[in-house]
Amino acid sequence: MTSMRYLPHTPEDIAAMLKAVGIDSLEGLFGHIPEDCRRKEALNIPESLTEWELNDHIDTLAGNMAVSPEYKVFMGAGSYEHYVPSAVSFLLGRSEFVTAYTPYQPEMSQGTLQAIYEYQTLTSRLLGMEVANASQYDGASALAEAMLMAIRVSRKKTVAVSRAVHPLYRRVLETYLKPTDLEIRELPYLSDGTTDLSPLKDMDDLGGLAVQSPNFLGCMENLADIKQTLQNKKALLVVCFSEPLAYGLYKNPGQCGADIACGEGQSLGIPRSFGGPALGMFASKMKYVRNMPGRLVGQTVDLDGKRGHVLTLATREQHIRREKATSNICTNHSLCALAAVMYMATLGGSGFKELARLNYDKSEYFKAAIKQAGFKLPFSRATFNEFVVEFPAGFKKTYQRLLKKKIIAGFPLDGFYPELKNHYLLCVTETMHKEDLDNLVQEISS
Amino acid sequence: MKETLGTTGLVFNEPLLWEKGKKGRSGFSLPRRDVEKHAIDEKLEGDGPDFPDLSEVDIVRHYTRLSQWNFSVDSGMYPLGSCTMKYNPKTNERQSAQPGFALAHPLLPRRLSQGVLKLMFELEQYLTEITGMDATTLQPAAGAHGELTGMLLFYAYHKSKGTPRSKIIVPDTAHGTNPASASLCGYRSILVKSNERGVLSPQAVAEIMDEDTAGIMVTNPNTLGLFEENIKAVSDIVHARGGLVYGDGANMNAIMGIVNMGDLGIDVLHLNLHKTFSSPHGGGGPGAGPVCVRKHLEPFLPVPRVVNKNGKYELSEDFPDSIGKLHAFYGNVGVMIRAYSYILSMGPAGLKKVSQLAVLNAAYIKDNLKGTFHLPYDRPCMHECVFSDKLQEPYKVTTLDIVKRLMDYGFHPPTIYFPLVVSGAIMIEPTETESKEDIDLFIESLKAIAKEAQDQPELLHAAPRKTKRRRLDETSAARKPCLSG
Repeated sequence: MTSMRYLPHTPEDIAAMLKAVGIDSLEGLFGHIPEDCRRKEALNIPESLTEWELNDHIDTLAGNMAVSPEYKVFMGAGSYEHYVPSAVSFLLGRSEFVTAYTPYQPEMSQGTLQAIYEYQTLTSRLLGMEVANASQYDGASALAEAMLMAIRVSRKKTVAVSRAVHPLYRRVLETYLKPTDLEIRELPYLSDGTTDLSPLKDMDDLGGLAVQSPNFLGCMENLADIKQTLQNKKALLVVCFSEPLAYGLYKNPGQCGADIACGEGQSLGIPRSFGGPALGMFASKMKYVRNMPGRLVGQTVDLDGKRGHVLTLATREQHIRREKATSNICTNHSLCALAAVMYMATLGGSGFKELARLNYDKSEYFKAAIKQAGFKLPFSRATFNEFVVEFPAGFKKTYQRLLKKKIIAGFPLDGFYPELKNHYLLCVTETMHKEDLDNLVQEISS
Repeated sequence: MKETLGTTGLVFNEPLLWEKGKKGRSGFSLPRRDVEKHAIDEKLEGDGPDFPDLSEVDIVRHYTRLSQWNFSVDSGMYPLGSCTMKYNPKTNERQSAQPGFALAHPLLPRRLSQGVLKLMFELEQYLTEITGMDATTLQPAAGAHGELTGMLLFYAYHKSKGTPRSKIIVPDTAHGTNPASASLCGYRSILVKSNERGVLSPQAVAEIMDEDTAGIMVTNPNTLGLFEENIKAVSDIVHARGGLVYGDGANMNAIMGIVNMGDLGIDVLHLNLHKTFSSPHGGGGPGAGPVCVRKHLEPFLPVPRVVNKNGKYELSEDFPDSIGKLHAFYGNVGVMIRAYSYILSMGPAGLKKVSQLAVLNAAYIKDNLKGTFHLPYDRPCMHECVFSDKLQEPYKVTTLDIVKRLMDYGFHPPTIYFPLVVSGAIMIEPTETESKEDIDLFIESLKAIAKEAQDQPELLHAAPRKTKRRRLDETSAARKPCLSG
């Protein structure tokens, strides 16, 4: 049978093993399960496919998707297209990394452990923070865990979240907090595309404030002012992000006074994969480390005094603390963290900076061209590689026409922000050529 | 015995990344600049990250050497109990890497993402059928995330009936994630002890189940590798008081095609696609933790849900009672593709065979090692068996010593010191993908170690010797944390 290539047992093996355990058939192995608990009918799923049939089937499904290079996708909104060096994909495929478990036995897992230690280090440097964990699931769950941590540290009951934080992250935060007695207060955004801090002055019980920078509207928040506003409050400043490449160009969250920096790391060498698996990046100040969620790798020595790495500070975690743990997270996104550190290391400090600048310059070129073509850029604030354009009423038709030409002209914002009718969020990374940008401007102008 | 698997060979030392960089090197082919530089707001501009600069060769050697310090399923048997470290088929990697999936933007217009939506829709159906439940969400990103989803479902269900209740019953054999997930939803865990047979007794549950208890979290088969034979009676007791039954499906590998979770009275069940459904564990994820429910909980499932409207697949938000969203997008699609490919490769007979052979392998190990190691619950096991270090106590040899020595023999250690109900537990889950020869060698190795424990205990105390590093000082790592370099 074709399906059995992962099952090494020959009929003779099975017979010998059954004999050894004193049972006469495979069915008999389940004889101790009460009769009324046993399934009578066979599983009603498709019959097994050969490897070659499966390839054909999957190719058909995967062929029914709109992806580059066939399509030009000017859409970011929390998921970004960047070139991934072959060396990264190739190394990430090494099965010593891929098929290992969480490194509970450090003597046999030094590869994963050192790599995650390096990920923690480069992440701390990128975000300007003192300590980063080994990963969360995605940007959204990282934000939710950050707000829970802010509450643990501050012992307050209210968190404030900017409306310019990714709308889907905010929904996940709401889901996490729903069964608790914690309150989420939303801060509106101003006409320049940054967060309106004025409602903060009436919030006495504030434990944490979350802003995203660059925010969902593409704008860089004025983090220095925000930090200033929080000065006399106990609240922790949580700076969230969905495009960490921006910190190759702009000041990082740590430099701006963030207590926790968290967000999505998909941008760093991880394929988009329809939204997952991605990478929840999470970092904070060292003084809060015992309140952090997630796994941490630390450096130590072995019996011979040689440097090595282990999972550490486990007393925060569910398998030791059980109901008193800082989080329930167990399996995280280790392999995605590995992809990110390989990507960061491959670019290096110089490459990271140059790539960030290229994203910015392309985006600025595109902005200028769109503006020159007579379209409105409603938000004046500085952006990185995405920005909002207000198109004339009826642009929907043009958008549909462009889809037929295999161009996805940004992400329509009215679903998340009903007040932003005809507003689209456009993204340009290094993967877009000048001709692609010129072509789109021409198309929307005609 | 034959030659042991474990040996020593030439492995390389490799410094930390930033100990080998040199300014002026680069490992990246910078995309061509075809636009001018634009001015930037100086107040916002930063210095860029302080990363080392390395060449591509530096990077490739670095990670190749690091990878060689890891043990993995592809190198050998990895019998971690409750972790189901089965072989990860390579065709699954090919499928999930198809550009149509790997490059797909999650917010693509729906008609341009029909392929992946169809796959997700069908995977939900297959998982629903395999578990014998009524509906499935694929959104949770890991097992513990699935548990959280389950607890949110409990909360939403009870709230819809009036009050969310405040307590949850958790057996003493439960995974640590269970109580941690429950407390995220404000539930206080009430411990129930398993009986002398290692399973739940209906009486013990009846004594603590009340109208303020939201339900019970049960792992079945449990972490002792035993089938919870009273599960139906336990479910009846919980249901009679208006509670719900949560099934931790971490151990689903034992019962595919054998038991319908829905028939046992389980209302909510999470699966680990990175255990039962063969997607690789990645050194700690990404996994995926789909949640299957019975009909009465379906309205509360996370959104968006994949729906089929006249042959067109859509993502629908139109479920007003939904608990909301657990993931920015739809979950770990790349992992779903692997699980889908696995299910289609195995087919109905194949999946049942998987469970039969997983149980056969565990039973064979249990019977062969009984007597060599103490077997606290000498009963028919499912896909894993739990021993202890009690027989080695006179030689001052512990579980930790035994499994560290096992490394020198070329095997990854089993799960140790868990479940907590067995002191010095050694929890072995071989999975179905290990051959009789490899299992025989594993048994022989453990027998040889038991003999060494008697004759040369110092060998065990000093183990491992053949690994890249010897035992590491975890105490000082925790006392003076050094978490970045």
